[in-house]
Amino acid sequence: MPDSPLFTAAAIAVIVLAVAVVVGVGLKVMRSFRDLGTDAERATYNTLHAASRAGQHLRGGLQPAGAAKASKQLRVLLGCDALAITDTGSVLAWDGAAEELRSSLMRLAAEVLATGRTAVVPHAGHRANGKAEHGSHDYSAVIAPIRSGSKVVGAVAALAPAAGAGLVRATSEVADWIAAQLELTELEASRTLLMEAEVRALRAQISPHFIYNSLNAIASFINTDPARARELVVEFADFTRYSFRRHGDFTTVAEELRCIDRYLLLERARFGERVQVSLRIAPEVLSTVIPFLSLQPLVENAVRHGLEAKEGPGHITICANDSGAFAEVTIEDDGVGMDPEHLRSVLAGHTDGIHVGLRNVDARLRQVYGDEHGLVIDTAPGEGTLITMRVPKSQPGHDA
Amino acid sequence: MNPAVGLFAFLAVSLATAVIGFYGLRISRTTGDFYVASRTVPPWWNASAIGGEYLSAASFLGVAGLILLSGTDALWFPVGYTAGYLMLLLFVAAPLRRSGAYTIPDFTEARLDSKLVRRVTSLVVVAVGWLYIVPQLHGAALTIRITTGLPSWVGSTAVVLVVCLTVVAGGMRSITFVQAFQYWLKLTALAVPVVFVLLVLAGNGTAPQAPLPVNPSGQAAAGVYQHISLLVALLFGTLGLPHVLVRFYTNPDGQSARRTTLIVLGLLSVFYLFPTVSGAVGRIFAPELAQSGQADALVLLLPGKLIGGTAGDLLSALVVAGAFAAFLSTTSGLVVSLSGVISQDLFGGSVRGFRLAAVLAAVVPLGFAFMTDTLALAGSVGLVFAFTASTICPVLLLGIWWRGLTDAGAIAGMLTGALLCGGAMVAGTLMGPGNAPAWLAQPAAWSVPSAFAVTVIVSLATKSRVPASVNRVMSRLHVPERPVVTER
Repeated sequence: MPDSPLFTAAAIAVIVLAVAVVVGVGLKVMRSFRDLGTDAERATYNTLHAASRAGQHLRGGLQPAGAAKASKQLRVLLGCDALAITDTGSVLAWDGAAEELRSSLMRLAAEVLATGRTAVVPHAGHRANGKAEHGSHDYSAVIAPIRSGSKVVGAVAALAPAAGAGLVRATSEVADWIAAQLELTELEASRTLLMEAEVRALRAQISPHFIYNSLNAIASFINTDPARARELVVEFADFTRYSFRRHGDFTTVAEELRCIDRYLLLERARFGERVQVSLRIAPEVLSTVIPFLSLQPLVENAVRHGLEAKEGPGHITICANDSGAFAEVTIEDDGVGMDPEHLRSVLAGHTDGIHVGLRNVDARLRQVYGDEHGLVIDTAPGEGTLITMRVPKSQPGHDA
Repeated sequence: MNPAVGLFAFLAVSLATAVIGFYGLRISRTTGDFYVASRTVPPWWNASAIGGEYLSAASFLGVAGLILLSGTDALWFPVGYTAGYLMLLLFVAAPLRRSGAYTIPDFTEARLDSKLVRRVTSLVVVAVGWLYIVPQLHGAALTIRITTGLPSWVGSTAVVLVVCLTVVAGGMRSITFVQAFQYWLKLTALAVPVVFVLLVLAGNGTAPQAPLPVNPSGQAAAGVYQHISLLVALLFGTLGLPHVLVRFYTNPDGQSARRTTLIVLGLLSVFYLFPTVSGAVGRIFAPELAQSGQADALVLLLPGKLIGGTAGDLLSALVVAGAFAAFLSTTSGLVVSLSGVISQDLFGGSVRGFRLAAVLAAVVPLGFAFMTDTLALAGSVGLVFAFTASTICPVLLLGIWWRGLTDAGAIAGMLTGALLCGGAMVAGTLMGPGNAPAWLAQPAAWSVPSAFAVTVIVSLATKSRVPASVNRVMSRLHVPERPVVTER
């Protein structure tokens, strides 16, 4: 076995790996030795670099993990012996010397947190413990509040043997800078919230549209065929259960297909055998997560705008295929088609009222997966319509 | 053997694979069948697909060859291949199905919230996939050479061509059906000839050719260490095979993923009966194959040797067909999952990128296959399992069952495993065949625990890097799904 071909294969792999590592490390080293200009330029660079690294760590808000990493950078920036970041209740991170003072820092910072004014505490160690400790240095602490709006959300404490005016000014600047980072975090959070709200609004738009159409279809049967109308109402009730009771913005292809089935039952009530549907679904994609009610509007569009205006029977084909890391769903009809220019203006939102579903689904797909995952529509007047939707199969963040 | 027989069998299997791939789902359904369509694949069907994908050249040809060479010692291979599924059933199947990740890089990225971990995992997965395709191509080369007399490269090139064409042309869109078909083809192709051979032997009371040589190959018997190491490799290696994990997504939920795995265990157990019997029959009635270095071809040659005539030719054709089913199914499964990984990380996930990646995933191992020589299929696949067990398995198992795993720990563990196991493989090659000590020839027993240890220690040392999302991800992995809204 030892002379197996795999040995050679593995040898080549290991050599390639080793070369990659050497090249990578070499580049890093080269870069650090590159000429970086005068001392002043280098100092500016170092300061900005430390600030931007610390800023990245604070992007998650005032959390122990991020604060711990940021405090390392900030301590270097301030050139103090120890630096601590607290929120209103506890010490989040302590970097540097005099770790034994950590437990008493909140007591010292209480006044700062209450008044929102920077304070200098001389002989912090003595004040904290009430007596002089042998062997421990005598530190002074500068404690500056972190303000978010008018509220104090935390404090920065810098410990040094002597707290000069320079350190006090620098510490309050750092506290203000941290506050600015936290505001950026809030901005990010509200942007995410806005996106979610937009998705929800788009989703809310779709249901009334469908309900209106379905009720019309059922109404046409109430006089001529009451039994059928009753069945359809039950069918309709099932549909509303799906569309109203669901929590979450995502569903699976399988459930969406079930929803399409109910929808088509309702439509066939009106069109009779004029609407024929065939399916080619690869089982691999049945459990793929897709945005809630993202296929049904496409089928509805095919029926309403493709087949309704057409004479004689029309055919809709729904395919779902596995395509690498993506699932590809296509909906094709042989109806009257659309004018591409007109469609473009509809999707851009210039024309109101028609193809609401199409625009809605397109907007939601772009919102959730990015612009490259919008609907792809191939159509021409009289040539039918082919709508393609491509979503990533792996969406660990989305619960169906 | 008649060369036309081998060629015909190969063409027939390739054609059947392509046809099922392309047209298997082209049966139009009416709306009345909607419920049928939206119901997911039944577990037993899915299980056949997993079996079809899993049973590679090593299982089809290698196991019988090893039994011919080393007797009952070789039984550890089928035992390990099958028992690996028990590990999968117990520790991985359901949580991974619930994770919503389609590939191992997807899983590690979601679990550890780190792009770098994803890249490292992708590299390892691609390495494993390539290493695993090489023995399949060697198997194809061997089969073509033995059965048709054509040069070796024809076999491996043909397999790569067929796989590339079907994958690139979109013929693997419904890969589940193709793979399920391949399992039953493989089972039939092994079982029918074995039963016939046994019947013939029982009928004419053929006596063993020679006094049974205890050890026809002259190899030193493997010790306890080798057995343990091999079992570690096979048990843990199965967990991380890239093409096996993807199959679980055809299950609607974690529970049916478990049921599927249970059926797979049964299907594999049934399958491995036949290579074992083949090997045993070969050991008694055709020991000279071991001396001539054709042990891996035992399954192919047995019907022709012991039955002969037209019946022998037909049975041989069946075996060749089964062998090619094994090469094609494992290779195409690997190529599909590799190109998924490569296209996502390298080409941004476009359709064109996927095709390019598919060609890349198939052609690179072909180059390896040309450069290296075919030897002991079961053994080389065993080494791939050792590599997988030392790299992907620790990250996967700890990622599912231990909250403390960090990105630094995962990367350190994977690199340690890759270096130790890869290093042992390289060192073994440099020392030459037969000279490498047992601990280098079978590295799993120490490389797997080391990889686990490094992962755990580095994770503990970098506790602050435990991702903030760990609670959410863990509950997603382990809490059973909401029951699907029932009909009516």
